[in-house]
Amino acid sequence: MAETGHNDAFVAFERVQKSYDGETLVVKDLNLSLPKGEFLTMLGPSGSGKTTCLMMLAGFETATHGEIKLDGVSINNIPPHKRGIGMVFQNYALFPHMTIAENLSFPLEVRKIGKSDREAKVKRALEMVEMGAFGGRRPAQLSGGQQQRVALARALVFEPELVLMDEPLGALDKQLREKMQFEITHLAHELGITTVYVTHDQTEALTMSDRVAVFNDGKIQQIAPPDELYESPQNSFVAQFIGENNTLEGTVKEINNGLALVQLDDGGLIDAKPVNVEKPGDRTLISIRPERVEFNRERLSPDAHTLKAEVVEFIYMGDIFRTRLRVAGTDEFIIKTRNAPDQRRLQPGEQIEIGWLPEDCRALDAT
Amino acid sequence: MRLTKTLLATTALTVAAGASATAQDMADSMTLVSWGGAYQDSQQKAYVEPYLAANPGVSVTWDESSAEAVAKLRAMTEAGNVTWDLVDAVASDAMRLCDEGLAMELDHDEVLAAAPDGTDASDDFGDLIVSDCFVPQIVYSTTFGYRTDMVPEGVDAPDSICDVFDLETYPGKRSLQKRPIDNMEWALYCDGVAKDELYDVLSTDEGVDRALAKLDTIKDQVVWWSAGAETPQLLADGEVFIGSTYNGRLFSAIAEQDQPIGMMWDLQSFDLDGWIVPAGLPEDRLARVLDFLKFATDTQRLADQAAYISYGPARDSSAPLVGKHAELGIDMAPHMPTDPANATNVHIYDYEWWADNRDDLDAKFQAWLAQ
Amino acid sequence: MSDTTDTGPVLAADGTPLKRSLRRALRAQKIRALALIAPLLIFVLVAFIAPIADMLFRSVENQIVGNTVPMTVEELRDWDGEAVPDEQVFRAMYFDLFLAAEAKEHTKLGSRLNYEESGVSSLFRTTGRDVDDMGEVFQDAFEEISSDFEEAQVWYDMMSGGDGVEGNERLLSNQVGRLEQLETETYSGDVGFVPGSAISDILPNTARAYSAFAAFTHFVDEDVVAEEEPWEAVYAALALDLEDPGTAAALANYDGPGADLLRQAAATDMPKVDMKSAFIESNKDWNRIEYWKVIKTYSPPYTTGYFLNAVDMEKTAEGIALRDEDERIYGILFKRTMFMSMVITCSCIALGYPVAWILANLPARTANLLMILVLLPFWTSLLVRTSAWKIMLQQQGVINDTLVWLGLVADESRLVMINNQFGTIVAMTHILLPFMILPMYSVMQTIPPSYLRAAKSLGATNWTAFWRVYFPQSVPGIGAGSILVFILAIGYYITPEIVGGTTGTFISNRIAYHISTSLNWGLAAALGSILLAVVLILYWAYDKIVGIDNVKLGG
Repeated sequence: MAETGHNDAFVAFERVQKSYDGETLVVKDLNLSLPKGEFLTMLGPSGSGKTTCLMMLAGFETATHGEIKLDGVSINNIPPHKRGIGMVFQNYALFPHMTIAENLSFPLEVRKIGKSDREAKVKRALEMVEMGAFGGRRPAQLSGGQQQRVALARALVFEPELVLMDEPLGALDKQLREKMQFEITHLAHELGITTVYVTHDQTEALTMSDRVAVFNDGKIQQIAPPDELYESPQNSFVAQFIGENNTLEGTVKEINNGLALVQLDDGGLIDAKPVNVEKPGDRTLISIRPERVEFNRERLSPDAHTLKAEVVEFIYMGDIFRTRLRVAGTDEFIIKTRNAPDQRRLQPGEQIEIGWLPEDCRALDAT
Repeated sequence: MRLTKTLLATTALTVAAGASATAQDMADSMTLVSWGGAYQDSQQKAYVEPYLAANPGVSVTWDESSAEAVAKLRAMTEAGNVTWDLVDAVASDAMRLCDEGLAMELDHDEVLAAAPDGTDASDDFGDLIVSDCFVPQIVYSTTFGYRTDMVPEGVDAPDSICDVFDLETYPGKRSLQKRPIDNMEWALYCDGVAKDELYDVLSTDEGVDRALAKLDTIKDQVVWWSAGAETPQLLADGEVFIGSTYNGRLFSAIAEQDQPIGMMWDLQSFDLDGWIVPAGLPEDRLARVLDFLKFATDTQRLADQAAYISYGPARDSSAPLVGKHAELGIDMAPHMPTDPANATNVHIYDYEWWADNRDDLDAKFQAWLAQ
Repeated sequence: MSDTTDTGPVLAADGTPLKRSLRRALRAQKIRALALIAPLLIFVLVAFIAPIADMLFRSVENQIVGNTVPMTVEELRDWDGEAVPDEQVFRAMYFDLFLAAEAKEHTKLGSRLNYEESGVSSLFRTTGRDVDDMGEVFQDAFEEISSDFEEAQVWYDMMSGGDGVEGNERLLSNQVGRLEQLETETYSGDVGFVPGSAISDILPNTARAYSAFAAFTHFVDEDVVAEEEPWEAVYAALALDLEDPGTAAALANYDGPGADLLRQAAATDMPKVDMKSAFIESNKDWNRIEYWKVIKTYSPPYTTGYFLNAVDMEKTAEGIALRDEDERIYGILFKRTMFMSMVITCSCIALGYPVAWILANLPARTANLLMILVLLPFWTSLLVRTSAWKIMLQQQGVINDTLVWLGLVADESRLVMINNQFGTIVAMTHILLPFMILPMYSVMQTIPPSYLRAAKSLGATNWTAFWRVYFPQSVPGIGAGSILVFILAIGYYITPEIVGGTTGTFISNRIAYHISTSLNWGLAAALGSILLAVVLILYWAYDKIVGIDNVKLGG
């Protein structure tokens, strides 16, 4: 799953472990590497170890075991202020007693950069985040989004090669968040900086990243580009954590030509793609995205297996319809359909048959 | 404490119901103000307990406020709520209270008991009645105690007031009270001024300068005290070699605590302590207080007090009755400041003079201290 | 805002102007709010504002002179201060002093003026005793003329002028008013005596003295005027009136009660009224011009004298002057109080800052435990703590013993650490430390650790991160702690009294002395007012420089 460090890796975690209390491991044997210029997101529920990893990288936490390398050099014993890593904090951590310009000037001052040079860099950085006019203000006089931009500018003003961001958009409202997501990725790629981004918001992870590392229980569950993560989750945790998902429990009946026939617990039979089931008789959790469920029999191949379903609820959501079905003993089965002129609106109580392309449904481990 | 006493008193009152008519016109509780500590205990044992035994319906509450009696009584009077019935005060405070109209003027012969031989109270107390408002109880003195084990080898123990100013023979720290009274007189005396001219000299600016100049010679060796307990403690700790304080404090350090301290009585400064009655008491409280006062200042009671503390009774007629210490069993007479052996050279301070000059001299003294 | 807008007032739904209905709606709310704060408001007014107002008043109040010797004050108004005042002034003083002595108020005045000039106290005390004797001379003389002068009823009839004559109500009410001032009481009701107008014109002094006597007898002694023999001062007043050659002529045509008696007395040779000699005989100090100057200088009802005293100046008949050098003390004490309070504040900052920092950065459980240690001193009596320092620091004390034992200090040269400024600073720093730590702690608690991390991630060393980022944000805590400690320190009194010796005492020790020992409450109030003003000025300066909104006592 997690890959071992390449030689050309810019940032590398090698067999890193972290424990706070000497009894339990918060980070278990972490291996991770990312090349220069990559935008990597660490995604996971709280307590999954993602923030700890980020803090170890920044130097605020020390690894209990293992090595963290930056540009091939071990940085385990380098204090944070010498690592030269830019960082954006959850609450921005803009110094409230300094003006915006002073905040930006701070990392340059401690690097003993001359005054005129400093001013030029501050100005450039502020303009880069479209905050040129706000240099004289105090952080408290800015809105959340503006503070966010300033925090970003401050993390970038001293031109670090690596920038860490710890849930930087958590405090913003949805619209602003989406706008900033775009801006941050745009800026990161434009400047060619390597970015490690921590979030628990999967949409954010999917839209921004080159690759996403899904954390759970101190381990990376899967590290992959967003589409792969969404389309081909490697295990049921990833499948459930990323995007909306319908799951049904069952037992593998047979595996043929890369296709598994799964018998659901209520007896229904359905096709799925075996991901981590090996042999008939294995318990499995099949996973199907709501938008891949088909209820128009004509669009399915004639020999496809189908399941009986009853419409429980129809929700009009503007661009899509969301229909809740009772399938194989659960009434939490969701399907999503596009609001197209020829789209059928299912009525509650209606009896339908549903099915899907076998490659859209993944038979995963039953946990 | 107060509650229990009141309860007891109420019970006692029921028992004693139907007592004499006069007793019913008197209040059945009194608040006495005193200094706390051993002195108040001696009053409690010598006057209050016998009085309560004779008057079972009465309760007494102590207030240990004598040190601030003048200020507090003034504040109470201004607020129109005097809760005190009888206040123990030093003579100078009593004069001030009298001047301020806070204490009641008394006809001593009328309110106080005559001596057993029939001598009028005013003659029995004699000169000690320094103010019309004042009923003296005891004569005490401010005198010196020294550490016997800190007397330099080959030198006699100090026996003259001027030894206090002699740093060469008697090196070490001294403790003196942080006020001009006594200190100025001692300084002038040791600077060669005759005893009867002390106040004449002190009345001039040159005289004040002269006294302060004499005190200057020991200033950096002086620890200044403001509470009477300090000198005995400083002596006990070996912090000072010699120090002034009230003679009763030294007595208890020597006789009761066995400290290696010796008394030096030379030019001890006599002072008086006694009662004053706050002005404007309601009639029933006044009647009770005067009844108590008459009892508490009679010849026997004043002599009894000397069994608990080494202060001289203020009545001439009490002196022959002074006996032994109530607990230690030692003869008290030789420990009295008024004992002829101790009183060979005494200083009697001039209340009128100090009443006039205290503020002025205190300002100068404090300015001198602060320099 | 203009009321004459073209659109007119906005109306609520029921047609009343919107403003009025809003006001009505808010009124109930306001009343409820007021009721809630009322107990505290009243408490603050009674327990805080009123005493301060009283103190400010006392520091300038000086009505005692005018109230006790009003006629003398009047007579002294035109006195040039060149020589001892003339007989006229002494006569006024005699009648003033007589009434004051009857009311036992004269010694109060003596004590008051003694603060300004030593000796006035005994002057008033001794002469107050003698005023009876001074008048008795005349009493004896009159009683020799006729035994009728001994009769209370005769006097009463004589001075009231008989039944149905016109009474001089004004004279009487003047005397009652004087008595009210003297006794600071309010009297109402009938005295049972009104001086006759006719006799008042003929015998003005006697009528005045008798009216004063009557008012006093009725209100203070609560006796019947007609049954009491008049004071000696009344006889003296009569003698004085009869000295006037015009009196005999006026008496010739007078036919009220006692007219014959008076004519008889007027015809007799009387001892001359010479109060000046009598006073000087009573106490030769009445001949000292300084005492008269003091009375004149302090006769107005309000004085700056206390404040001048509080800044080492004095009021003389010639004007305001600095006191003699050997009497200047308050300047030294004010400066010392300020200086030592600052030193104490600084040492509290130095000692408290690291403690507060540790507390703010420890896990809550450990911090709470340590907080108890910080607060522990609060639970011990101030006296015990101060005395403990005495035992620690004295020459035979724990620290000196340890140093001698370690051989760092020779036995004969033990350090003097108590009864001086050092001891006071140590003890007070210890006592006031929690007041510094608590506000610092609560401010530091609100500084998220992410600031320091941010600073470090931006390349700052530990020190730079602390100094440039953490410290400026903790300044409000330091400010609050400093104000608290400083203000507490300059008012401290017990600790400097016990461990201050001569060089470590504060101005508050003098205030305490004047409150409890010298009873010069006016001066104490003036010193207190100055202290209050200093605090307010410092507060104002702090506001100007740092900004009071930068002071935080907590999150």
